Amino acid sequence: MGVNADPALGGEGFLTTTIEAFANWGRKNSLWPMPFGTACCAIEMMAVFASRYDLSRFGAEVARFSPRQADLMLVSGTITYKMASVCRRIYDQMPEPKWVIAMGSCTCGGGPFDSYAVVQGIDEFLPVDVYIGGCPPRPEAVIDAVMKIQKKIELEGAPIL
Amino acid sequence: MERVEFVTEESVVDPITGLKSETMMLNMGPQHPATHGVLRVVLHLDGEVIVKAVPHIGYLHRGIEKLCEHITYQQCLPYTDRMDYLASICNNIGFVLAVEKLLGVQDAIPERAKTAEVIMFELGRIESHLVGIGTNALDLGAMSAFLYCFKERERIYEILETVCGARLTTSYPRVGGLPLDLPDDFEEKIRNFLKIFPKTLVEVDKLLTRNKIWIERTKGVAHISPEDAIDLGLTGPAPPRERHPYDIRKANPYLGYENYDFDVPVATEGDAYSRYLCRFEEMNQSLRIIQQAIDNLPDGPYAADLPDVVLRKRSSPTPAWNPSSGISSSYTKDSSPSPGEVQHAVENPKGELSYYLISDGSESPTG
Amino acid sequence: MSLDIDSIISALNQEFPGSVTEKLEWRGETSLVVDKDRIKAICTRLKESHEFAFLADLTAVDYLTVKSPRYEVVYHVHRFGADYDENVRIRLKAGVEDSDSPEIDSVVLVWSGADWLEREVYDMFGIVFNGHPDLRRILMPEDYEPFPLRKDFDVRDREASKRSFQRALEEGND
Repeated sequence: MGVNADPALGGEGFLTTTIEAFANWGRKNSLWPMPFGTACCAIEMMAVFASRYDLSRFGAEVARFSPRQADLMLVSGTITYKMASVCRRIYDQMPEPKWVIAMGSCTCGGGPFDSYAVVQGIDEFLPVDVYIGGCPPRPEAVIDAVMKIQKKIELEGAPIL
Repeated sequence: MERVEFVTEESVVDPITGLKSETMMLNMGPQHPATHGVLRVVLHLDGEVIVKAVPHIGYLHRGIEKLCEHITYQQCLPYTDRMDYLASICNNIGFVLAVEKLLGVQDAIPERAKTAEVIMFELGRIESHLVGIGTNALDLGAMSAFLYCFKERERIYEILETVCGARLTTSYPRVGGLPLDLPDDFEEKIRNFLKIFPKTLVEVDKLLTRNKIWIERTKGVAHISPEDAIDLGLTGPAPPRERHPYDIRKANPYLGYENYDFDVPVATEGDAYSRYLCRFEEMNQSLRIIQQAIDNLPDGPYAADLPDVVLRKRSSPTPAWNPSSGISSSYTKDSSPSPGEVQHAVENPKGELSYYLISDGSESPTG
Repeated sequence: MSLDIDSIISALNQEFPGSVTEKLEWRGETSLVVDKDRIKAICTRLKESHEFAFLADLTAVDYLTVKSPRYEVVYHVHRFGADYDENVRIRLKAGVEDSDSPEIDSVVLVWSGADWLEREVYDMFGIVFNGHPDLRRILMPEDYEPFPLRKDFDVRDREASKRSFQRALEEGND
C-alpha cells in the first residue's frame, strides 16, 4: 500500500493498494455473522452480542439470520444428525467467501455427548476455520475466534469473485 | 427456512367477494431467529392468520437418558446442566434432590447447603425469566429491553462464577450438600445484587408493561384456556392457574421452601401479556425469597456427614490422579442406593421439572 | 394427604376385577401396578370419578432380562387439591410383554397431554399405542430404524443416524 500526501494535491492525498488487499480489509472489518445457535452455547453467543462483551466493537454486530446475507457462520451448540442436514444446507446457501467458527466442545468433537444422536464434530460435514473449546466457551474466547478469522482474512484473503 | 410451498387443494372461496384464495404452507425453522432454539413449525397460513401449525421437535435430542445409564449418579450432574441451559442451576438442584430422595438422606442435608441452594435456585429463575422477557421483546423489535435484561444476567453470571467457577453450565451442588463452602464475598455480592436488580426491573417495567406496541402485540395473543392448560399438562407461569393455583414450592416443599414467605403469581387471562406479567412478578417474588434466605443464611457444615454419599471433603488434599484407572482415587467408589424408584419434581422457571430415577442397587441409574 | 388411595383401589377393582394387582409404597410415593389391558378404563375412571385431571409424566422402562414382562409403561397422574397440601400424585405401572411390536392402549383421549409423551415412548422404546391419533417418531428422524432407549441398543451406535443424515442431505439437494 502506498500513501501519497503530496501538498501539491491540496491536502487531499491518495492511497495506492491492490483491489484484493482493499477488499480483504473491508471483509475483515465488517463480518456479518450468521448465528447458527442450537443449544447452551447460543446463550453465551447472545451474551457476546449483548452490552458487556459487545461484538460490534469488532465490526461484526450485524447478525444476519438469513444465510444469503452472511459471510461468517457461528455454529454454536450441539449438532445432532437430525440438525446436521439443515446446518449443511444453510452453509451451502451462504455466498462465497465464507468462514465457519465451531463454538464449543460439541461442535468441535461431540463434547460430552458421545451418543447415537450427536455428530462427533461438525467437521464431519463442514469445513471449519476456527475451533473454540469450552462448554460453553467464555465470551472472550468467541471474540478471540472472531479476531482470528479477521487475521486469517487479512493474511490469506479470498479471491474476488 | 426458505422453502415456501403453495397448497392448492385447500383453496377456499371467500363468501363475500367470491374470490378463490389458497392457504399457504410455510416452513418455519428449525433455524429461525424467533424460535430461540431448534423448533420447526409447519404453518398453514390464511393471509396473516395461522390456521394450522404442526410442530416438529427433536433437533436437539442428545440421548442424555441413555448416556446416564452408563455413569454414576454424581457423574450425571453435568448432563443436567445442558437440558434447560437457561437455568442450569435449577436442573442441578432438582437432580441432586431426586438422588438424595432415592438414597433417603434428605434429612441429613445441612441447613447452610439448603439455604444456599434456595438462593441459587431463585437466581436461576430470574436468569431464565430475563431471557424469556428480553428475547420476547427483541423479537417484537424492542432492543433496549433485551440489553437491559442481559446486563442483569451478567451480574448473575458473576455470582455463579464466584460460587462454582462457571457462568452458564454450573454443575454446582452435589448429592449430600455443596462441593465446597460459599466464598467469603458471597453475602456481599448477593446483597449488592438485591440492591441493583430492582432498579433494572423498574426500567424494564417502564419500557414494556404500559408500552402500546408491546401490549397490542401480546394482549390476546396465543390464548390458552385453563381447561386446555390442565388437559395438555402445562405447568409453570404459562397456564392460567386461577382454579388450580399450583406451585411445587408450596404443594410439595423442598429445600425448606415452606419457611419462606412468598406469593405465587397467577396468570389470569392465559395470553402472552399475562404470562409476561406473571414472569415479571415471579422475579419480584424471587427477590423476596433471596432476601429472606440471605438474612437467615446459617453457619455450619456445607455438606452432609455421610461418608458413603459425600465423596470428598475440601479440607483433604487434592486426590492423587490414578493413571491406571483413569479416575482420581477418591472417586473410585460412588454411592449405590438401594433398589427402588423415585420421582422428584421441582418448580423450575419454565414449569415442573421432574426426575424419575430407578435404581437396581448399582452405582448408576437403570432408567 | 387427605385422599384415601385404598378406597380408590377397591373401587377400581370392584368395577374392573383384577385391574390393580399391587400397591407399592417407597420413599413416600405410591405406585400401583395395573393391568395393561385395562389401562384406558382405569385412567378414564381416575380422571372422571377421582379428579386426577393432570398427567404429569408418561414414560417407559426397559427391564430386558431383569424382569418379566420386559417393558413397563409408567404414568404419573396428579390430582389438584383445593389447598396446596391436598395435592396427590400416584404412579401407575403397566407391564408390556416383549414381542415384535409391543403394544398398549393410548390414553390421549383421556389427557391430550399424553400425545407427545406417547410418541416419545414409541420413538425411544418402540411400544405401539393403540388408538393414538398420530403415532410418529418425535425426537429421531422419521426414517430412523432402531429404538435407542432399549437396553440392547448401544449408546454409541451412530450408523442409523448417519444413514438418516445422508438421506436428508440427498433430499435437500434435489
